[in-house]
Amino acid sequence: MSSEPRAGAGPRAGTRGKAASFLGGHWIYLFLVLEVIYFSLRTGGFASLNALQILLYYGVQVFLLSIAELFVIATGGIDLSVGYILGFASIISIKFMEWMAPLGLGEPLTVLFGVLATLVVGLIPGLVNGWLVAYLKVPPFIATFSMLGVCHGVSELIINGVYAMGLPKLAADIGSGHFLYVTRGLAPSFFSRPVVDRGVKVLEIVPDIVVVTAVVVCILAFALGRTRFGRHVYAIGGNVDAATRAGIPVKRRLLGVYAMSSFLASLAGIVYAFMYVSGKADAGASLLLDSIAAVVIGGASLFGGTGTVQRTMIGALILAVLDLGLRMAGTPTFDKYILVGVILIFAVVIERYMPEARK
Amino acid sequence: MDYILETRGITKRFGGLTAVDNVSIGLRAGEALAVLGDNGAGKSTLIKVISGVHKPDEGEILIGGKRARIESPMDALAQGIETIYQDLALAENLDVGANIFLGRERMRRSLGIVNVLDDGGMADEAKKVLDRLDIHIPSLRSTIRTLSGGQRQAVAISRSIYWDAKVLIMDEPTAALGVAEQKKVLNLVRTLKDQGIGIIIISHQMYDVFEVADRLAVMRRGVLVGERIVKETNADEVVGLIVGSETVGKER
Repeated sequence: MSSEPRAGAGPRAGTRGKAASFLGGHWIYLFLVLEVIYFSLRTGGFASLNALQILLYYGVQVFLLSIAELFVIATGGIDLSVGYILGFASIISIKFMEWMAPLGLGEPLTVLFGVLATLVVGLIPGLVNGWLVAYLKVPPFIATFSMLGVCHGVSELIINGVYAMGLPKLAADIGSGHFLYVTRGLAPSFFSRPVVDRGVKVLEIVPDIVVVTAVVVCILAFALGRTRFGRHVYAIGGNVDAATRAGIPVKRRLLGVYAMSSFLASLAGIVYAFMYVSGKADAGASLLLDSIAAVVIGGASLFGGTGTVQRTMIGALILAVLDLGLRMAGTPTFDKYILVGVILIFAVVIERYMPEARK
Repeated sequence: MDYILETRGITKRFGGLTAVDNVSIGLRAGEALAVLGDNGAGKSTLIKVISGVHKPDEGEILIGGKRARIESPMDALAQGIETIYQDLALAENLDVGANIFLGRERMRRSLGIVNVLDDGGMADEAKKVLDRLDIHIPSLRSTIRTLSGGQRQAVAISRSIYWDAKVLIMDEPTAALGVAEQKKVLNLVRTLKDQGIGIIIISHQMYDVFEVADRLAVMRRGVLVGERIVKETNADEVVGLIVGSETVGKER
């Protein structure tokens, strides 16, 4: 771990130091606002409810994965397997529902049991990761990198190299449905789209899966910021020896963190299946780097002990706005890769040279 | 004998090496006992036996005159023996209150349904214990990373005191500090003594020993080679005991 030349310097003196510290702590909010303004000016449709909903809708996987990654990174670890756990879960959720369909339980129960079974099985990769890291002292990079390969291989074996298909219609409806529908001349309806004549405009507000994601994100923000579990996560990332000597059950906590990461990745996989009505092994392959990038842009150190859910979400939003904005502006996607790289480096440099006074 | 902590015939072997050989020492309330010795003399091993890290092969530990079972660091903590290691074991990314309550976090009920961390309450308690020790830290909500070495040492000490230490073991408490900070920590040790806490200091700094310790015990190759009352000895004699040549003092 790097030594801290700024340690022991006492409170930073002078307004310049204060300004730098403020900027270090708040630049991501400023950056997000500037980004939104830029794309709003550049492309006509960007500043609209529709664009916002699309942004959130297609962002849910990265939102969930980045929070999963945040908890692991806050302990000083890393979880490289989340992307392929997502793919694995997208496949097994559909398979479970396919297997249960002939039982005649009806669609609601089939979907419910399919989701629950996937979440339970989805814990397994995380429990193995956590067991390897906490009890066998395997470096997180190696443990989760191996799990990435295992999940990828197992997924491909299940589907034999094709897509998993056959999601019940109800699940697909949830995946494309909205929380609230407002139609002129009708009472607003929740969750189900009113039957209207062709041409009548129905205003759709907040996709279902965005509501689910928002609830999960709020619970996790609470867990990391306000509970004993969250405090222990920070303590382990800050000084694992101190945590151990203070009587914190470090191994159990690490097991919990990796299991939770895997659980969230599985949830993201289920959501993927509901959205795209298919499951595939590499569904989340490209999302791993985005989720780590969101955490780092949010100001968390890869050495552990820092980072919040709120700021990680801002980091994820910065990436989501960039993605959608460039798409709408008709810029090739390669531009996004370059820009993400530049923003990442910028984030790390700011964190290093303009540290926020408090955590 | 009114010892609050006493070891009788403690022996600890590692394979063929006898790290601590039949050592008996006692500590009274409000007294500072310095344990001195060259590297490898067995000081640290003795301390680790008392704080529950090592199990002794022979001998016993008495607390308040009664035989105590100390088989793990948690046993020692539960019986009021707190140890401050040289690295202090603080989480630098957390604030003062969070560190004092690390692993024993205080919770409060929020909205009548869920328990949340009581950061405000922990900061208040931290302030109380820091005041009791006359320690001033500019902001209790700033992280340990922003504090100086002496302030960190003070936080580590406060943590032990908050949890009702009867005996405080300090491993090289001033080793990493500047001169002004060393003085502050030594003052802190005096304050603790006044409050009736027994202190065992392991130190290489002869100055520390003569500043705050009441008695000193010198170890050499695992054996207790001498105990002196600080007022009745001098640095030369102590150095002689440490290196094993009682003539050192006379050569000058």
